[in-house]
Amino acid sequence: MVFEKIREIIAEQTGKDEEEITLDTNVKDDLDADSLDLFQIINDIEDEFDISVEDPEAIVTVKDIVDFVESHKN
Amino acid sequence: MLNGKTAVVTGAAKGIGKAVALAFAKEGCNIVLNYHSTLPDGVVDGIEACGVRCLPVKGDVADFEFAAGLVKDVKKEFGTLDVLVNNAGITRDMLLMRMSEEQFDQVINTNLKGTFNMVRHASSLMLKQRSGAIINMASVSGVTGNIGQANYAASKAGVIGLTKSAARELAQRGVTCNAIAPGFIETDMTDVLGEDIKQGMLASIPLKRYGSVEDVASAAVFLAKNTYITGQVLNVDGGMVM
Repeated sequence: MVFEKIREIIAEQTGKDEEEITLDTNVKDDLDADSLDLFQIINDIEDEFDISVEDPEAIVTVKDIVDFVESHKN
Repeated sequence: MLNGKTAVVTGAAKGIGKAVALAFAKEGCNIVLNYHSTLPDGVVDGIEACGVRCLPVKGDVADFEFAAGLVKDVKKEFGTLDVLVNNAGITRDMLLMRMSEEQFDQVINTNLKGTFNMVRHASSLMLKQRSGAIINMASVSGVTGNIGQANYAASKAGVIGLTKSAARELAQRGVTCNAIAPGFIETDMTDVLGEDIKQGMLASIPLKRYGSVEDVASAAVFLAKNTYITGQVLNVDGGMVM
């Protein structure tokens, strides 16, 4: 559920198809996302799950985001 | 080209802000009109008479969460935020050696932090839209400095630095950010100045007259329409600063 929502947010921001985005996807390299894209994705995810990402630099893959959200939500 | 767009103007109950809001309404923009304390009768009617919607929102832009909520409301009500004019500003003039910490903080909080708060939240939406124009009200005081206005001049110089940084960051998505530096404009803010100061000002204005709020408003509309000008400070000052 968390992954599906994150995938939707990333797809919307990067303009990629959701099918292209897997847990192993490297957000910057595989999706041609620049730092503005990454920050916007993080902003949207913070709003969606009501969490705060302290260290955006630590996020490389989609799995990093999913793990972070799973361990911080609620 | 502005018809049907959404323009947010802060500090728009009177003076320059009110004139800016009206000018954008005349261009066909729906107006989100922010004000801090009281909204005189007729302001909203004047805007709606242009055939556009007007949403008045009371609150303090110096409050980070208020700014966040304002942008959220705009998105909910209108869908897009196309033009943001950060006009809300105050003065607490005093010679440096007599200026209180409170006088300094109040001016920085409203003028500089308030502008940051709005840019911070609105830019996120504009980046997503991949379009938008931000216009920040600076002042010639922020360019030249002014006696008795260390706080105000510092806040406006800060607004200019903020404007240029935002212009560079947001340019990647086609969003522009510029500042307007009004000189001596006839408003409540300048009415309180003594006659000797006013005469002194007049002597330093090559065009030999004070500016009107409409002079500033038309500059704001111009900057909102032009998509190839960003990071600039446009002086609207009768030639006071060159």
